[in-house]
Amino acid sequence: MSSETIALAGVHEPSRPVGVLLHSWVTTVDHKRLGILYILYAILFLVIGGIEATVMRIQLIVPHNHFVSPQVFNQMFTMHGTTMIFFVAMPILFGFGNFLIPLMIGARDMAFPRLNAFSFWLTAFGGILLYFSFVGGYGLYGVGAAPDVGWFAYAPLTAKTFSLGHSTDFWTFSLLVSGFGSIGAAVNFVATILCLRCPGMTLSKMPLLAWLNLVMGGLVLLVISPLTAAQVMLALDRFLGAHFFDTQAGGSAVLWMHFFWIFGHPEVYVLVIPGFAFASEIIPVFSRKPIFGYPIMVGATVAIGFVSMSVWAHHMFTVGMSSYGNTFFALTTMVIAIPTGIKIFNWLGTMWGGRLIFKTPMLFCIGFLFQFLIAGLTGIMLSAAPFNWQLSASYFVVAHFHYVIVGAILFTIFAAFYYWFPKMSGRLYNEKLGKLHFWLFVIGFHLTFDFMHIPGLLGMPRRIYTYEPGRGWEIWNLIVTIGVVFQAVAILIFVGNLLYSMFKGVPAGNDPWDAWTLEWSTSSPPPEYNFAMIPVVNSRRPLWDIKHPEDPDWQYE
Amino acid sequence: MSTAVISHEPIDSQWSLPYKGHVGMLCLIVAESAIFTIFVVAYLFYIGKSLSGPTPRQVLELPIFASICLLSSSLTIHVAVAALRKANFGAFRLWWFLTLVLGSIFLVSTAREWRHLIYDKGLTITTNLFGTTYYSLVGLHAFHVTVGLIGLLTILLLTLFRRVQQEHAKNVDTFAMYWHFVDVVWIVVFTVVYIIGR
Repeated sequence: MSSETIALAGVHEPSRPVGVLLHSWVTTVDHKRLGILYILYAILFLVIGGIEATVMRIQLIVPHNHFVSPQVFNQMFTMHGTTMIFFVAMPILFGFGNFLIPLMIGARDMAFPRLNAFSFWLTAFGGILLYFSFVGGYGLYGVGAAPDVGWFAYAPLTAKTFSLGHSTDFWTFSLLVSGFGSIGAAVNFVATILCLRCPGMTLSKMPLLAWLNLVMGGLVLLVISPLTAAQVMLALDRFLGAHFFDTQAGGSAVLWMHFFWIFGHPEVYVLVIPGFAFASEIIPVFSRKPIFGYPIMVGATVAIGFVSMSVWAHHMFTVGMSSYGNTFFALTTMVIAIPTGIKIFNWLGTMWGGRLIFKTPMLFCIGFLFQFLIAGLTGIMLSAAPFNWQLSASYFVVAHFHYVIVGAILFTIFAAFYYWFPKMSGRLYNEKLGKLHFWLFVIGFHLTFDFMHIPGLLGMPRRIYTYEPGRGWEIWNLIVTIGVVFQAVAILIFVGNLLYSMFKGVPAGNDPWDAWTLEWSTSSPPPEYNFAMIPVVNSRRPLWDIKHPEDPDWQYE
Repeated sequence: MSTAVISHEPIDSQWSLPYKGHVGMLCLIVAESAIFTIFVVAYLFYIGKSLSGPTPRQVLELPIFASICLLSSSLTIHVAVAALRKANFGAFRLWWFLTLVLGSIFLVSTAREWRHLIYDKGLTITTNLFGTTYYSLVGLHAFHVTVGLIGLLTILLLTLFRRVQQEHAKNVDTFAMYWHFVDVVWIVVFTVVYIIGR
């Protein structure tokens, strides 16, 4: 049973000087190293974005607070949103995809390794460009600093007249650059999954993670590009004096909204589909059952991908579209709940009657299921145009989308961290600290985001710097901010656990979870070439077939 | 743990998957199409919404000759790739060079058109919404033609140094996909700018 690691087992590479080691990481084109670089880079920005959120919550903890100035507050919510979406969620998911996809489909690397490295560095420099605005954003006019136009940067806030200096330019170009990086990564994902599968792995035998990342890759190609186009237009407006979004010359501010949300809403699915992918790999392993309804899962994902591209204007009900427009976008938004609901039932069906093992990754997945359901329900509430007129741009909306992004996406990302940490590092994480992280984070999450719905319903708009006492908002804002403390402590425990386990953890072996997909058949961490021999598979669970030759899966598929 | 899973059923026939170059290029084309779509939508949305002149009907002339050159370059690149597949290097070089010439004629003609519009008609990107959308859409396409010409030239130089062999037909074909895409986009841009918009 050991052909994979003979050559390297027990052989320590001679330690190299730091400079050489660093050089090897900077120049690497290995998908595993690039994946880890993506993830580390995203964790750095997660901490920065978290600090920005904390600043906002401290500012809002009591009425008439002056913790920061209104200008800084505007910069904080702009940078928080932009950072979390483009420089945390996207890179972290690309990182896991990069690390896992070739291993799961039995390939030695991505289809275009150099493009892969190029994409990572574009993303990385995009993030640096965004944060350089704190230094360089003043430009020649003595105003500006970091971008303060909100993460969707509605016109005419971004016009030269209202945004002097270069803060908006830094925002535009950083998203342009990282957008090219995302497109490059997506090209790589799709080409790898379609062209490099190991013998026997037909599309219907691919792990769900590969399938879902394939859909995500296609979605990135279709929806990041409109953002890129819109950013080019904005740059033309600001640098060459074009009039795309210049209402003085007949341009349209609403056009920017359409272009932004054509990107902006599918983007949520770009982020959540890889989250679904993690859940679809982890839940079966810790339920000791194969995934329930594999073909339906694939179909539902493709359906979500399609429908997600026709829902964008539900962000714009208050703009004043025609009643036909409102009806269309309300209906499509509600329709998308059907394939998502199917997925939730399939995960429950996988757990139903299974021998559940409540390790940390599984706990996070269960938290995800529960919270994603609620996020979906408030989503359906907001999709009803009249309800939306009342609550658009209120804290109810903020609570809703944080329920999706934190409660669903971040929870699955944590699950993925714990689940694949042994594969990436070769060591097991500390289970007690993992569980402590989970419980603290669940408490903090619910304190913050459950109670954030209420000031929204009471009429508290998003993005306000401070508020009057006596509107019934104080207690809720206090609770929301207290929740942040729990989340921050949980994140510190998480980072500490990973760092500690990285060096002192118990060696994990190839397959600590008794799992079924190909990445667990190679050593931990995997050698540079992944597989000494390219595997051949006959079913969706190749390792089950090896472990149970008397009852292999391929008899039933 | 062995990764070579014992094959219970022989994997029948040859295991073959699509060529990654083609798939990668198709992905790029999908992304590029989305970018062009947004610019085309902006163009269509702003037709007739300019607050001041000049209007398209006053200044635009149909670039018939340039369009014929660009579209026929799709044909010549196709013939060139077919020649390379048969290892007919002389024909490949000739047709490839012809493609480069036709593409260059198109780009030069766009440049002359812009010069005419800017110096004779006084239409720039800042003049009105027509100028804004016209220069950005046609300019985006011209940018893609330029990138294509650089690619064509690079491959031509490699050919002259005898670095392009028969086994590279697939790679060259991948590049040809991009050139075809640039041509198809021109059909859309032509229709939108010179027919619908005029």
